Amino acid sequence: MAYSDKVLDHYNHPRNVGSLDKTSRDVGTGMVGAPECGDVMKLQVKVNPDTGVIEDAKFKTFGCGSAIASSSLATEWLKGKTVDQALEIKNTDIVNELSLPPVKIHCSVLAEDAIKEAISDYKKKQTAAPKETLVAG
Amino acid sequence: MKLPIYMDNHATTQTDPRVFEAMKPYFMQVYGNAASRNHSFGWEAEEAVEKSRKQIADLIGATPKEIIFTSGATESNNLALKGIAEMYAERGNHIITQVTEHKAVLDTCKRLEKDGAHVTYLPVKQDGLIDLDQLRDAITDKTILISIMYANNEIGVVQPIQEIGRIAKEKGVLVHSDAVQAIGKIPVNVSADGVDVLSLTAHKLYGPKGVGALYVRRRNPRVQITAQMDGGGHERGMRSGTLNVPGVVGLGAACEIAKREMAEESKRLGFLRDKLKNKLMDNLDEVYINGSMEHRLPHNLNISFAYVEGESLLMGINDIAVSSGSACTSATLEPSYVLKALGAGDDLAHSSIRFGIGRFNTEEEVDYVGNKVIDVVQKLRELSPLYEMAKEGVDLSKVAWTAH
Repeated sequence: MAYSDKVLDHYNHPRNVGSLDKTSRDVGTGMVGAPECGDVMKLQVKVNPDTGVIEDAKFKTFGCGSAIASSSLATEWLKGKTVDQALEIKNTDIVNELSLPPVKIHCSVLAEDAIKEAISDYKKKQTAAPKETLVAG
Repeated sequence: MKLPIYMDNHATTQTDPRVFEAMKPYFMQVYGNAASRNHSFGWEAEEAVEKSRKQIADLIGATPKEIIFTSGATESNNLALKGIAEMYAERGNHIITQVTEHKAVLDTCKRLEKDGAHVTYLPVKQDGLIDLDQLRDAITDKTILISIMYANNEIGVVQPIQEIGRIAKEKGVLVHSDAVQAIGKIPVNVSADGVDVLSLTAHKLYGPKGVGALYVRRRNPRVQITAQMDGGGHERGMRSGTLNVPGVVGLGAACEIAKREMAEESKRLGFLRDKLKNKLMDNLDEVYINGSMEHRLPHNLNISFAYVEGESLLMGINDIAVSSGSACTSATLEPSYVLKALGAGDDLAHSSIRFGIGRFNTEEEVDYVGNKVIDVVQKLRELSPLYEMAKEGVDLSKVAWTAH
């Protein structure tokens, strides 16, 4: 199978590889997929609680080149967006940007799911525990 | 050293230049139909075909009359199974095979099941080999055929064919073996092995594509096969169709070279394979060999790099031609059924690479491949959330994954 130049570029030079402190209140973590299906994505966002803007995003992905590229691209797009804007990223945007063939669409779906889960994890942390208690605890 | 490097010799092999030279006259000088009995063009072609028959027979311990030419091993397997099922239908309708056979055997069996045959698919043990007690227990008074491959195309494990042959003889059951991967790589002898019908193909042993053969035993017992294609009654009525004379000549030449050079060559390939294996295992943690190392073709290495997905690994080593058991590299989006049958788990199947070292690979190439694979695996593990979790001590089998 031939890969698009953009997929190859992300595969060869993945952006924002790494991990953020998943216990931090400002960090949302999304982990989707399963090893036996051949792909697992971990996507993390660090949000400025005052502005709601995503200041940092990191990923790690076990999967094919298209899965790696989809999550790498997602972290690029997430930085600088508010959490609400982040939720507007659709898998079809990723498909178009990376020129993914039909058999790789599930990679983009996985990336969208990872974004949603990371944001939802961040939001849960905000409602579950007020800032003060965390600092005190 | 030239890139890309071809190391996928279980898929196919480069035609040996000596084989190609042997074939050359049979396109434009000796182009007669081997079945033409009334002129020299036909006689010369027939002579070349008979020479090839002898070269093949000599390699596998058969007699020339027991060799039937076909278009390749898929046809040989189809002809063997369907031809025997049809010919021996009155004696019984039960066939025994095993789960890691090539699709040319498995799908033929499925077809026979649709037509009323009863097929037992033996499981394999974790080392990829069948359990002989299970084989013995599976035989019934309706069993007409046991079809077990000589060596597996993915993991290279060599089945205990001689024992299978002995068990079959005791019970009066025929044995067919798809020996495509074994022929010319390890000694195969149909008499010593007790094999009655055997499939082989030229392109896996440095011959041309599109030509193969079926060995059909003529004595003790005399095996009969119902033709599956109607026509001129070539090949003693078992396989009609004008012979591919240049291909047949190439197959014969390939067998003759294999017979002469196999012992030396398998030593060299085994050395290179072990060098590659040791290099990978010494430099990377959590790599797993798939299938028995003891009962294995000398040139095969099938290895899983845990926490790294196979297709992404292939993408990183794109100047090396190998194959993966990853779902992403298959048309069906299912990981390798052979690796799944070993019970290693789908995740390790997704992480597997098959190396098939061949006659034209050099030690320099093997060293290059080893280094490159190590680099890419390390890079991908830095990217792998699974590797990170495993290093943190998380038991990945206990994580509630969101399967999709």
